[in-house]
Amino acid sequence: MTLQSLDAYLVLAGALFAVGSFGFLARRNAISMLMSIELMLNAVNLAILAFGAFVPGLAGHASAIALFVIAVAAAEATVGLGIVIAIYRNRRTPLVDEYDAMRE
Amino acid sequence: MPIPDTIPLLNIPWEDALFVVLATLMLVAAILVVTLRDIIRCALALIACFAALAGLYVLLGAPLVAGAQVLVYIGAIAVLILFAVMLTQAKAAPARLVFQTQAIPAAIAAVVLAVLIGLAAVATDWGELGRRVATGTDALAALLFSDYVLPFEIVSVLLLLAVIGGVYLARRGDER
Repeated sequence: MTLQSLDAYLVLAGALFAVGSFGFLARRNAISMLMSIELMLNAVNLAILAFGAFVPGLAGHASAIALFVIAVAAAEATVGLGIVIAIYRNRRTPLVDEYDAMRE
Repeated sequence: MPIPDTIPLLNIPWEDALFVVLATLMLVAAILVVTLRDIIRCALALIACFAALAGLYVLLGAPLVAGAQVLVYIGAIAVLILFAVMLTQAKAAPARLVFQTQAIPAAIAAVVLAVLIGLAAVATDWGELGRRVATGTDALAALLFSDYVLPFEIVSVLLLLAVIGGVYLARRGDER
């Protein structure tokens, strides 16, 4: 009897995804929101690798897809942080609820 | 002398103990990331979370992905986030309110989401499952450069575009 199963890893990935979604919805700071997005991407990666490890015939594919996810996450972080810095330069605040220029 | 399969005296397999420790570490670090007040500490907790995830990837038999996780996430993205924190939080003192007004509905939604995902994962019959298999780096390389060669090339172009776009967005405009 071993504790490690596909279910255990999937529940763990779901919990991590939920934590990330809470952070994305609840935090005021734009960089905190980007960190929460990274958490969610990592949760998905964990689920992909869990499937790859436990479902026969998926092992190599899961690793390849996970590498692509990591690469795309790096691109996303670059552009996202660039946007945050550009907005900060104009608005002088990193808090997203003060970005109200389009409301008026 | 080989390491025994189970922890002496406790009779728990090493892998299970590692899984429990890494999973707990990862979830605690993730919760710290979204709840701590000081954003620098959030970023440091994020690094701990990424490191625990790399350990879980090793347990799942994907050592190359774990290496990429350490290099890309801890080495690049976490440092990028720390730099962005230092660039944007310098003047303003830590914000009075960390959370938006909808934090409590968001927490409820997150708990519901976690329960739903967990129930769905446990209730679904995933077909016959094998024993955990590790992916060799050579097998992964063969797959990456045969079946996945087109996505591989597209990702390289995407990374180049992202770098150019990031530099363009973050550069101090001369016309402003």
